[in-house]
Amino acid sequence: MKLFSKRTTAVASLVLASAMMLTACGGDDASGSGGGDGGDIRVTFLPKNLGNPYFDTSDAGGKAAVEEFGGTFEEVGPQEASPDAQVEYINTAAQQQVSALVVSANDPKAICDALNEARDAGTNVVTFDSDTEADCRDVFVNQASAEGIAKVQVDMIADQIGDAGEIAILSASANATNQNAWIETMKKELAASHPNIKLVDTVYGDDDDQTSFDKTAALLQSHPNLKGIISPTTVGIAAAARYLSDSDKQGKVALTGLGTPNQMREYVKNGTVTEFALWNPEDLGYLAAWTAKALVDGDIKGDEGDTFKAGKLGEYTVGADGEVLLGDPFKFNKDNIDDFDF
Amino acid sequence: MSDVTIRPDEPHLSTAEVERLVEPSRQPRALLWFNTIVRSREMSIFLVLVLVVAAATIKTPSFLFSANSWRDLLLTPSILLLLAAGQAVVIITRNVDLSVGSVLALTAYLTGRLFVDNPGIPIVVVFLAGIAFGAVLGLVNGLLVGLAKVPALVITLGTLYIYRGLVLSWAGSDRINASDMPEGFLSLGTKSVLGFPVLFLIAAVVVGVVGYYLHSHRGGRELYAIGSDPDAAVLYGLQVRRRVIAAFVLSGSLAGLAGVVYAARYGTVSAGAGAGIELEAVAAVVIGGVAIFGGSGTVWGAALGAILLVTIDRALPILGIPDFWQRAVVGGLILSAIVLDRVLSARQARKLVEAREES
Repeated sequence: MKLFSKRTTAVASLVLASAMMLTACGGDDASGSGGGDGGDIRVTFLPKNLGNPYFDTSDAGGKAAVEEFGGTFEEVGPQEASPDAQVEYINTAAQQQVSALVVSANDPKAICDALNEARDAGTNVVTFDSDTEADCRDVFVNQASAEGIAKVQVDMIADQIGDAGEIAILSASANATNQNAWIETMKKELAASHPNIKLVDTVYGDDDDQTSFDKTAALLQSHPNLKGIISPTTVGIAAAARYLSDSDKQGKVALTGLGTPNQMREYVKNGTVTEFALWNPEDLGYLAAWTAKALVDGDIKGDEGDTFKAGKLGEYTVGADGEVLLGDPFKFNKDNIDDFDF
Repeated sequence: MSDVTIRPDEPHLSTAEVERLVEPSRQPRALLWFNTIVRSREMSIFLVLVLVVAAATIKTPSFLFSANSWRDLLLTPSILLLLAAGQAVVIITRNVDLSVGSVLALTAYLTGRLFVDNPGIPIVVVFLAGIAFGAVLGLVNGLLVGLAKVPALVITLGTLYIYRGLVLSWAGSDRINASDMPEGFLSLGTKSVLGFPVLFLIAAVVVGVVGYYLHSHRGGRELYAIGSDPDAAVLYGLQVRRRVIAAFVLSGSLAGLAGVVYAARYGTVSAGAGAGIELEAVAAVVIGGVAIFGGSGTVWGAALGAILLVTIDRALPILGIPDFWQRAVVGGLILSAIVLDRVLSARQARKLVEAREES
């Protein structure tokens, strides 16, 4: 118990220190915008962690949307994607009485109490990318349905290894909601449509370059007959590609999953990776910000059937469980990768 | 003499053993060497390492016998080797340096930034800059510990967060990608010379030199003296403060070097680089037989501890132990190393007492 409280204090002080720094850095552009017809809609984005290019892009989309409707944008977040790291940021946002908090949850339950306190204080809560329990937020902006994402990755790996052989999954953290949902669906999809593909292992790289890199090495070592790896996380797939690209398995072990074009460009061009998929995270952040605005303005309440307009993306309808679906995943390969820059 | 024996049921030591304990230098040179090596803590760690590799290789021959496996066996521990060498020196002086992970992150990001902001900068300059920057950060630790008279655990816990805060505010959500760094630098991360990966050779040279200094030089022996009994070292007239500061500078510069190596090896650097690796370094040192209260152990042992720690991590999945249990196994290893330490030192103390009585 003593150890736990020490650790909590340490984490809290780090979080506080970095929060202060981030607030100091974010100060400039926060005062720059404002005005406009959106009045004082203050939207705070809280990604899983900072330094993750995926969230850099989604938050850039969010910022663009907030600027379009003339609100105030802010981005805060922990350095590591650990379950309890986001709580302090949520509390701070609640104290500052921001209009809306847009969160990608590191853990479906750990941040629930903090989110509900924020909601009681009048802050609208939108989750995006990774959801919490449904009763801790107003709306979840879903990048794609679990089925759609699982299917596109299974289809790509089946295509690349000739629909037979051993594959493995390199995931993020073992308690990441979205990853686990996708992996479950992938298992069902494999069992149903690809009986000759055998999923031999699932390992966790914790969305950390070094861990993912070392886990890839271990994976290839422990399964000499491995024909393919699916990594449904942007950090994981880039680290795995870096390992594969200078190992003797390059081109022999297929790698696919979810990645960003900028991180994967080098590996698609040198033949390590044939094809990978993603939705457009910029659109995701953009849609999440517009959803936040619709909630703040009272246009939607998060009930099934509510509709709202999301700027250039057009009209969206809230589905069951307060979910808004962005659309189908998009496949990137050497023919189209240069059309994208995020 | 027998009437003064405290524990009559204990077997008496042979004359040879008494001599070995009381006056080791009186024995034949070859025998002395043989005894030192066979009885050394390093040898037992090495044997455990061999066992782990053998077990993994029997289960999956490609663990040792495939094109990449030999390379990975040596390459994967390289970063931890550098950190463990520095950490061992600091722990031998009865201090600890918890800031090395954050120092690594700062220098790894510095490495990336240097390449981004100064295209064409020579690789040697980047290495030197990383080492120098790490040395400065280590000097801050050393000065705080030397001057403030606060335990190093507290000081370096503080700088762990301060340095991490610096890299967070400096890097923010920016990230160095492989395409930002030159091919020549990145290929260092995988290149081999005469069958040995370059990064491993760098680490091995560092471990060799630091280990030799500690073993054979006056300055190195003074570090042991300081760690054994800091107060006695002061009374004896040793430059305790200066030696301790130097130990922290060494640890910092090796963490700086590790940061540059990290960038070359992984090709991507974010603000979170190396988080938690300081505990791995401490674990490697403890497993390697360096007493956590200082004064004994070797850098070579710490290096073997680092290799063992990393290799166990790689071997456990092959031996069929699930991901979640791997950390528990590492924890068990640390505990058994500490228990072994206690048992061995208690036995040694008892034998020395007996030897004094018998002689």
